[in-house]
Amino acid sequence: MGILVDTTRCIGCRACEVACGEEHDLLVPDVINDGALEMQRTTSDKQWMVVNKHETEKGDVFVKRQCMHCYQAACATACPTIAMEKTKKGPVIWDGNKCLGCRYCMVSCPFDMPKFEYGSWNPKLQKCTMCFERLEAGQKPACVKACPTDTLIFGTRADNLEIARHRIYSHPDKYVHQIYGEHEVGGTGYIYLSAVPFDQIGFRTDLGNKPYPEYTKEFLYAVPMVLFGVPAFLLGLNALAGSSKSGGEEEFDPDREGGEG
Amino acid sequence: MNTAVTREMGHFFQFLIQEMKPRGPWLTPFNVISVPVILTGLVVLYFRFVYGLGAVTNLSQDFPWGFWLGFDVVTGIALAGGAYVITFVVYVMKVDKYQSIVRVTVLNALLAYIFYAGALLFDLGRPWHAFNPYIGNSFGFSSVMFLICWHFMLYMVAAFVEFSPVIAEWAHWEKARKILKGLTLGTVIFGITLSILHQSGLGALFLMAKPKIHPLWWSEFIPILFFVSSIYAGLAMIIFEGTISHRVFKNLIDPDSHHAFEDIIFGLAKGAAITMFVYYFMKALLFIHGKQWGFLNDGWGYWYLLEVLGFVLVPGFMFAFGFRNRSLNIVKLASVLALLGIVLNRLNVSFISFRWYAEVHYYPSWQEIVVTLMIIFTEIWIFRWIVTRMPVFKPAH
Repeated sequence: MGILVDTTRCIGCRACEVACGEEHDLLVPDVINDGALEMQRTTSDKQWMVVNKHETEKGDVFVKRQCMHCYQAACATACPTIAMEKTKKGPVIWDGNKCLGCRYCMVSCPFDMPKFEYGSWNPKLQKCTMCFERLEAGQKPACVKACPTDTLIFGTRADNLEIARHRIYSHPDKYVHQIYGEHEVGGTGYIYLSAVPFDQIGFRTDLGNKPYPEYTKEFLYAVPMVLFGVPAFLLGLNALAGSSKSGGEEEFDPDREGGEG
Repeated sequence: MNTAVTREMGHFFQFLIQEMKPRGPWLTPFNVISVPVILTGLVVLYFRFVYGLGAVTNLSQDFPWGFWLGFDVVTGIALAGGAYVITFVVYVMKVDKYQSIVRVTVLNALLAYIFYAGALLFDLGRPWHAFNPYIGNSFGFSSVMFLICWHFMLYMVAAFVEFSPVIAEWAHWEKARKILKGLTLGTVIFGITLSILHQSGLGALFLMAKPKIHPLWWSEFIPILFFVSSIYAGLAMIIFEGTISHRVFKNLIDPDSHHAFEDIIFGLAKGAAITMFVYYFMKALLFIHGKQWGFLNDGWGYWYLLEVLGFVLVPGFMFAFGFRNRSLNIVKLASVLALLGIVLNRLNVSFISFRWYAEVHYYPSWQEIVVTLMIIFTEIWIFRWIVTRMPVFKPAH
């Protein structure tokens, strides 16, 4: 499952932020008074998602940002204990019983979404779970339910891509002809439509289309080769070194060479 | 039977208690400096474990890895590379010239892994889960960190087995010593294989951080660069550490091996020079192949040139020159520069060039540095305790 965000529809009401905070016992922002749209925010260990305002050639654009729920997630690949896990349903979720707190997921995530509780003796990694529990109960994610303008559409990735393409084709002048997340980093669960180029609304466009796990795949494939190949090679070298030295007759023992101490 | 065992145990404990007692004067400059640092470090760790990593470190959401991981673990393990290189030369290639430094080098590696890989426990947010990668059904086979966790543990065991004949000799366990000695070649081969994998694995940790590391430092070949540089890092460390040991523990080392040590240093210098040229060649190849000329003309470019020319090429030539002209001082100076180059490189990859575009950049807090010093000093304390009691500097019998 995934979510389509049509940024041309967002009015910046931040109802999704409030719903997210209430759903997950996180910070519930005071949307009327906090003036948060005047600054560029990132998600934090207290907020799994934020809406930012971007000034563009086509006026102000509001963009909801959160974990992208990548199809081949760098964080899940990085995790030594599968505490970060890409579930079959789509959400990438975190399990505190397994996590070591090594923060390798944070280093690896191209979108910098996992956030660490530096102020806690028992820190959690905080990030959007696409409301995994609600999905299990057959409900939509809280942000999607709260959105008054249908900016957010919850559905399978295939359906969402169809809707997105349909909108671009039917309104070719309204949208840029790109769906962010269709190919980026190998495809993401969240996909975005925009009226302006994506670099104007805070997206990195230099991440490439290669799935991030591919970067370490070759190294990890080489591991078994080295693990079995190198000992065999070293044993061979050892045998050669022995035969060239003393005719291979006696066992060489470096500790014996020094004489009695 | 039973009473014999009990009596034997009793003897051993008496021996152990005897050996625990401090030897030598207490008020040495090293003790005067290290004791307050270690105590301060313990206080810092108290705050770290009660109030969280943020209370004592400058780590942030943008900089999840800092000095503890970048210096203690990534750099510390590179500098411990000497053991796999020397055990390869002595046990696999059977070059007995370096036999007299095997024990101390393996001891250094064992302690380095215990302390610097162990330093990971301070950096982990949830260290009580540190055993999770080893137990249960949560094996992250696709994770480089998983590989590193296993390798650190296995290498510690391997280094311990390699060192164990010395312990057996110290405790007068003749039978055990013979058995343990028989394990050496197998363990050495296992240890070398593990080292190749986790030295390069430390580089592979940064592969997925591609968009965040400056292109002059990120390369898909980081694993190979880390592996090759760990060879000369280890050799330079043996020269550096051996020079100090030969001065400080003069009375423990017999004059014969003093003289032999000079010869060993020149041999190591030659090895270091060759590896450094290979490493430099690889760096140059990546630079030219990646068409990275455009990156040179700013602060990052100069910083990169300083590292690659000043701390790789220059010490490489110095090693070669020192070897040819039998100049001990040049070799020693070269080893210091080479070590600084390794520190620079590992820190550049792990946090200095990390997010080079960030407005607010990470730098280590004084607490992070104090804990690092605490780890180093504690390691030296243990090292001193062992070498003054166990036959580490002796070429063994």
